[in-house]
Formats: sequence, structure tokens, C-alpha cells
Amino acid sequence: MNEQETPNTEPSRREFVIAAGTAAASTSVLGLAVLDAPAAEVQGGAAVRAVGPGGVQVAFTVNGQKVQVTVEPRVTLLDALRNYLDVTGCKRVCDRGTCGACTVMIDGKVIYACTMLAVEAQGKQIRTAESLIANEQLDRVPAAFVNADAQQCGFCTPGFVVAMKAVFEGNANPTPAQVEKGLQGNICRCGTYEQMRDAIYALCNQKRGK
Amino acid sequence: MKNFTYYRPTTTEQAVSLLEGRWGNTELLAGGTDLLALQKNYIAQPGRVVSLTGIAGLQTIVVGQQNVQIGAGVTLARIADHPDLRRLFPALTSAAGDIGGPQIRNMGTLGGNLCQRNRCWYFRDEHSPCLLRGGNRCSAIEGENKYHAIFTANHRCVIASPSTLATGLIALGATAEVLGPQNRRRTIQLANFFNAPTGPNDREHNLAPNEIVTGVTIPVRGLNNAAYEVRQKQSSDWPIVQVAVAFAGGRNGEKATGVKIVLSHVAPTPIIADGANRAVENRAITDAIAVAAGQAAVAGAKPLSQNGYKVRLVEVAVKRALTIAAGLPRYWEV
Repeated sequence: MNEQETPNTEPSRREFVIAAGTAAASTSVLGLAVLDAPAAEVQGGAAVRAVGPGGVQVAFTVNGQKVQVTVEPRVTLLDALRNYLDVTGCKRVCDRGTCGACTVMIDGKVIYACTMLAVEAQGKQIRTAESLIANEQLDRVPAAFVNADAQQCGFCTPGFVVAMKAVFEGNANPTPAQVEKGLQGNICRCGTYEQMRDAIYALCNQKRGK
Repeated sequence: MKNFTYYRPTTTEQAVSLLEGRWGNTELLAGGTDLLALQKNYIAQPGRVVSLTGIAGLQTIVVGQQNVQIGAGVTLARIADHPDLRRLFPALTSAAGDIGGPQIRNMGTLGGNLCQRNRCWYFRDEHSPCLLRGGNRCSAIEGENKYHAIFTANHRCVIASPSTLATGLIALGATAEVLGPQNRRRTIQLANFFNAPTGPNDREHNLAPNEIVTGVTIPVRGLNNAAYEVRQKQSSDWPIVQVAVAFAGGRNGEKATGVKIVLSHVAPTPIIADGANRAVENRAITDAIAVAAGQAAVAGAKPLSQNGYKVRLVEVAVKRALTIAAGLPRYWEV
């Protein structure tokens, strides 16, 4: 199924979401006005700027591209990426920092995007699963998933490949056990762990012993 | 979650100046791994959130001859991976390395781990009566309580203390550095840091609503130390029982002195097991002594309807933590 192949004169759900986001941004002048107002909290020392509760502009880098987004302070990085910036590799599943489907790298370290506020990502370098393909060439980590058939429904896969990629970027020659430790924070409810182990052993250039 | 005004101060003094004299309307944000989940469940509904992530002074680890200072904003991953901390304080670093998964360890901080709210499912469910949310009864005492406290005497709220770093820090004699309004600084023994809450105006610690933890200081005394956790899941969960121990000597047949055995996840606060300390003090650590310490540790336990099994787990965890700290073979690892 490919959304782009569908002839479409109606606005797609995604276009609608983007348009709605823009509308939210234009009403956020109220919120931005708060930013410019003198900070009320001045007690001993420099004032600390009050941000929000209306929309505030946040700028960060996603997969090498600088982006700006206007969001309320309560919007998580995950929702900013998916609903405002159309970066949908990271998935919203538990939304409580447990399942790992929303895993992204920030400055090279894996985090749960559902559990970080978008305003906290100001100025950061964010990488999602979308960064693991270049010129139609899959990175070796997701390629190993394909070769080992290490997915079923696939919803957790973007989180798993980002978490696994982070292990290999931090350690060029990890043991399979070290790679598995790097996946402690991800869950696959289809239970494709055995195929993932095959992918891990292939990436570590080791034979899986029985 | 309810929307809020967000502040990102760059100094601890600024952060304190933004706090209020009551709990609830202003919350501190560090890694966010606890606060955001509480906000999404409408358990925390702050109108203001003060982020501590812009304060560089909270991010340092200083290893000195006399003591080690760890800033409250240091992540769990940095604690778990720090070579000097691993050498000096395995009770702390092994616990840090067992928290959550890599994502949680990259986000969560020392200060957040000490100040996190408890994991009681009734507390975290907005529809259940809960003393800590202003309800008139504790749902856990008569309800589903298999993960709750077993030391319940005199407690109206039977949460299990959630921090796994506190346990080792108490055993090691660490202190918390606290900053309040008007630049008022105080030092609290970690052993006195925690509080058994009974109502909505209490937290699981003894800080005032307008104070913050800026860091922890651990004395360097060459103590042998270790922590042991009994877990249902190897990752992404809290242990069912955790024990940390520290003592001088106690290896190669030498007597152990200054013994501190601390239990966590078994009472509303971490508790020092005085009876177990006495069972080991001035003795060489043998299998028999470790077993006796475990039995002494559970004296006075009053489990709830579903968690009697934790009594046995404490006995075993005490024995295993002592075994690790004494450098004896880990007989349970095949």
C-alpha cells in the first residue's frame, strides 16, 4: 500500500494535520507575546523567561535538516516530530517511556521521544529511523533486519533499528550480548526476538551457536 | 496533559526562585521520565514546569581523595559507566546500570531518581482512592498489593520506596546537598532524606516544596560494597526487592566492621536493617553469617495479603549482596 499512488483531490489526513498545525502556529502569537513580556519571576538574580502556555517556537535538527516548529510547552518531541513535522518513523505506542517504539537519537544517545518535551530539544541533533537510508541504500542495521526477517507487524522496528544503530556507533565491535543490552528498552509484541538475534549475530559477524 | 508555563533557568538560584511554598502547582523537570508520565495520567497537573536541564552546574562528577560529588543532573548512564565510580561504589553503579533500559538511563538523573514518585498503581490511577491524592483510604491495603511494602507497621500508605540509587548511597553514608530560598544551603544524610507520605501535602522525601537537591556527596572510605536486586523483568522495570550493603574489611576471612545493610522496595522508605547489621558486625562473612543476616533483616516484617513472598526474597537478597561485597563466589550464577 502506498499512499502516494492514490489519486487524491481531498486533503489527506496528513495535509490536514499540517494545515491544522499551521493554524495553531498562527494563533500562537498570544503565546509568543508571553515570550516577549518582561518575566514576572524576578527574585534575586536575572529574570527567567516564562515560556508558554501558548505556542513557542523551537528549533532543532532532524536527520541533518534544520527545522522550526511552534508548539505548546506540553507537546512531546514525539508528537512534534510526527504531527507537526511529518517525521513518522518514530512511533507512538505506550506513550509512557516503556515500549521503545518512539526511540530516537539525540546527540548520538538513544532516548524516548514520547518522554521528552519538544521545548527541551531546542538546538539538539535528532536522528530517527529515516536517517538509516541514503540514496535508496539501506544502512546495514535495517538491512540485517530485512535479511533475518526480523519483523512481523513492523511497528516496533524503527525504534529497534535506531537503538541497535546507536550501539554500533558507540562501539564498532560489540559482542552480541552488548547489542542485546542496548535493546533492553525496546519491546516487540509480535515476539520477533529470535530473528533479531539472527540479525545481531550477522552484524557481529558471528555464527549463532545452538 | 494539562498545559503549563515552562521555565528554563541557567542557575540553581534561579530555579529555586521559581518554586513555590506548596506542592503541586510547580514541578521540577530533569529527565522527565517520571514527571511526563504523571502529567499524562493527570496525577501531576502543574501550571508551571521548571526545567533543570539548562543548569550546567548540576552536570558534574568530581572525584576527590576524601569524597566524590555527583551533580543532581548527572544521568544514570554516566553514573553506571564512570570508571572511578564503578571502582569505588559498585553498590551505586550496578544499581544505576540496572535501571530501565538505555533510553531511561540516558534521560533519567540522580536527582530525579531520588525524588521520583512511588510506583503504586492506585496512586498512578486517577480513578482510584488514594491517600496521597486526597482520598480517605489506601486502596492497596485491601486491594492488589503484591508489589507493595512488607514493613507496614504504623503505615497508612503502603507504597514501596522506588529509588534504587538511594539504597547504595545510604549504605555508603552519602549526603544530599540541598538549596532553598535566600541561598539557604543544607546537607541531609541520605539516611534521613526519605519520608513515608500519608497525604497530598507529602512527598516521598523531606525536601520543602521550594528546595532542590543540587547533588550528592559520597565519602571515600574504601568500603566494600554491593547491591543486589530481585527482579521479575531484567529491564524496563523496578526491582521487587533491593538490598545494598557496605562494610570495612570483610574479605579473605577478615572481620567486617561498620556494617550497613539497607533494604529498598519493601517499605515506604528505604530502611537500614539494624538487626542484620548486628548479625554481621565484627564477624568474618561466611555463608552462615549471610543467612543469619537475611533472617535478622526480615524480623518485624508485616506483609500484606499478597506479598508474603517478598519476605523470603529479602532474606536471599541480603545474603547475595553480602556475598558479592565480601568477594565470595556468586553461587547463584551458573
